[in-house]
Amino acid sequence: MSSEAHAHAEETLALREQFDTAEQQKDASTLGMWIFLITEIMFFGGMFAAYTIYRSAYPTVFAVASSSLNVTIGAINTCVLLLSSFTMVMAVRAGQMGKRNMIIIFLILTLIFGCIFLGVKAYEWNEKYVEHHMPGQAAFHLEGTPLQGPAKIFFSLYFAMTGLHALHMVVGVGILLTLIVQTRAKKFSAEYFTPIDISGLYWHFVDVIWIFLFPLLYLIDRHLPK
Amino acid sequence: MTEHIDSVKTYALVLIALLGLTVATTLVAFVDLGNFSVVVALAIAVTKMLLVALFFMHVRYSTRLTKLVIFGGLMWLAILLLLTLTDFLTRGWMGVPGK
Repeated sequence: MSSEAHAHAEETLALREQFDTAEQQKDASTLGMWIFLITEIMFFGGMFAAYTIYRSAYPTVFAVASSSLNVTIGAINTCVLLLSSFTMVMAVRAGQMGKRNMIIIFLILTLIFGCIFLGVKAYEWNEKYVEHHMPGQAAFHLEGTPLQGPAKIFFSLYFAMTGLHALHMVVGVGILLTLIVQTRAKKFSAEYFTPIDISGLYWHFVDVIWIFLFPLLYLIDRHLPK
Repeated sequence: MTEHIDSVKTYALVLIALLGLTVATTLVAFVDLGNFSVVVALAIAVTKMLLVALFFMHVRYSTRLTKLVIFGGLMWLAILLLLTLTDFLTRGWMGVPGK
């Protein structure tokens, strides 16, 4: 038997044959995930650019529209998402130590916080619908400004940006469910937990997007008398 | 393995800082800071982003190559935003013949 065939036999999840060391494989996975996240940064970046341009064009309408959003619910939901990031990093930590039960507990907690966030978001969207603040509604009307066109632009950006963010959360929920099943099947150990690690990067990235969306959408010139 | 395992205390402190900054950014939005309110809001958001990236996303322990790639990605984002804004914000500065 050649030594190459021998190497095949020793291939593990933590060390595929194309890598020299497990550390090299892990670094490659992390780098690959970051490159994907950068494409995501550019994807959301286009939306932030559109937001910046229209906010600079219609600052007062954006301030009025922003103040019509429910800031208490928005702030609480931000905290829920930050909590989910904490439980996610605790799941990764459990992965580092190879504690499968802890991984499952923290992944489930992350899942619960993520679902609470999405539920609250759905409630907020429905509130916009009831208040006739959804662009496309024939009865669309934002109180406090004569400029209904720019108001529609604000709410279009609001729905597009929070909607895309929520879509990423839904994908994240699917990833969490997959990880829970895989952890239960004893796929992960202290030597190999890369899927949990890079899924954590994804979850935190979605959190970072919300960290910017919250002040930019909910907190424009709240001090102004309405 | 050169695995860095942070303590629960570290993560808990980061979480408390993040929650505190969320409360701070919400409250400061109700204070009249003029044009500085957006600066303060973004400064707090960037601080929160750095906390999440450095601690939760383990960028502190990442390889130099990963750090360079992240930095490069943020530079591309800066190019996207800055060049777009230099266009939109300066359009009214000069008269266009025939317009």
